[in-house]
Amino acid sequence: MILYFKRAFQDIRTNRFLNAVTIIIMSLSVLIVSTLLLFFLNTNDYMNSWKKGIKIIAYLKPDIEETNIVDIKNKIHVLYGVAEAKFMSKEEAMGRLREQMKRQSSLLDGLKENPLPDAFEIRLTEQFPNSERIENLAVQIESFPEIDDVEYGRKWIGRFVKLFDLFRLTGYAMSSIFFMAAVFIVANTIRLVIYSRREEIEIMRLVGATDQFIKTPFYIEAVIQGALGGIIGLAALFAAYMYISTNVEYGLSFDLLNVRFLSLRLSGTIILCSMFVGWLGCFIALRQFLKE
Amino acid sequence: MIDENDKSATIRMFHVHKNYGSKQALININLDVSKNEFLFITGPSGAGKSTLLKLLYLGEPVSEGQILIDGMNLSRISRKRIPLLRRKLGIIFQDYKLIPTRTVFDNVALVLEAMGKKRQFIQKKVNSVLRMVGMEKRFNAMPQSLSGGEQQRIAVARAVIGMPKIILADEPTGSLDTESASAVFDLLKEFHTRGATLLVATHDQELIRKTGRKAIYLKEGRQTK
Repeated sequence: MILYFKRAFQDIRTNRFLNAVTIIIMSLSVLIVSTLLLFFLNTNDYMNSWKKGIKIIAYLKPDIEETNIVDIKNKIHVLYGVAEAKFMSKEEAMGRLREQMKRQSSLLDGLKENPLPDAFEIRLTEQFPNSERIENLAVQIESFPEIDDVEYGRKWIGRFVKLFDLFRLTGYAMSSIFFMAAVFIVANTIRLVIYSRREEIEIMRLVGATDQFIKTPFYIEAVIQGALGGIIGLAALFAAYMYISTNVEYGLSFDLLNVRFLSLRLSGTIILCSMFVGWLGCFIALRQFLKE
Repeated sequence: MIDENDKSATIRMFHVHKNYGSKQALININLDVSKNEFLFITGPSGAGKSTLLKLLYLGEPVSEGQILIDGMNLSRISRKRIPLLRRKLGIIFQDYKLIPTRTVFDNVALVLEAMGKKRQFIQKKVNSVLRMVGMEKRFNAMPQSLSGGEQQRIAVARAVIGMPKIILADEPTGSLDTESASAVFDLLKEFHTRGATLLVATHDQELIRKTGRKAIYLKEGRQTK
């Protein structure tokens, strides 16, 4: 095995330029895919925290008896996806409105009677949010005879979720393209190395070297390329992340949605995937070469 | 049919033909080479001498007929077993076929590395063989820095390091001056005395006459005597 490693490192030294090009291209692929991953990871975090804040407001009809409130609350509470249903009387709603309007709250003094309806503020369970399910739940609540209207930001929830899904799909597509491109590039580099050394390989065969003896250093070389490409790509992403989180976030004077970097486990997985890309590229190149 | 159990001959060629498209390179070759025999294959350029050797180390497949080497039928040999066949052979080429990016030591060591021998053994054996061919002081040199005669000596060292039963030499002295040719030839004779079977392809009639060894003559792919 030491011999194989020695030969692999010898090959890397001899074909420095080709190897450097492959490593740079693999680093760029890893950088792009990891950036997308980082974006989705953080967007997902943001979506989750945002989803936790989604509420449905169910307005009651004006003639509902106070004695019915507990029954309505129970009816809402048993619905799938409801975490909490909190009653808000019209007086409480007016108090909140005054608080929100602060300086302009005097405008409300002129009102002869409180125009706001009693309402339920319904918080959803964490796992539940999904624009279709929210809509179904809202329809169910709206169908209660005591409910006059429901409000939950129907349009923008749907748009936001669709936009996120579109981003996710684009991310998958781009990741697949970069994966294939990386495999293709590694395969071609190895192929070039093999062709530049075909005479040497032929000599090895003539002196009784097995295919495994010839192939193993190439595999080691490709896996090293993959590992280096993965490490450099991730290091570049981390440098960019550090720069943005210390300069841009500070400059914006707000917490950039608490952006977090890829976990150690995920980073390790990316490097392993990058090594696999190297191995796969080599496998394709060698399979073609040995067929010839 | 050829008798695969016949151990009297190290190499047997039985009605062997080799075609390249419509061109016939070898026509109906029948040959028995005994253990420890020293045989020349001679003839003019293009007669099929190198082709015949290529068939023996499976550099090319036969078109027709059968070849038996040390009990291995080359027509039936699987791809996986080809390296095993080649380890039984030591091959010397006219153009030396040394790896230019490796040192003399590494070129010779390659055979033992391919056989999976241990590092210490390789070190000892390569030094001993390089001493035998008189190249021990140039172990760290690159092939390009050596003369033709020196490169051919390295090629001989590589051919014999695995202790092959058969040595195939394709015009081993073809591109060498008289002195270097004589030195290389003396080396080959030395390995023959140690028990190797030797097949030497050459067009040098003078060399054959001087050694007084058996020769087969090829002309336009046919064995004439």
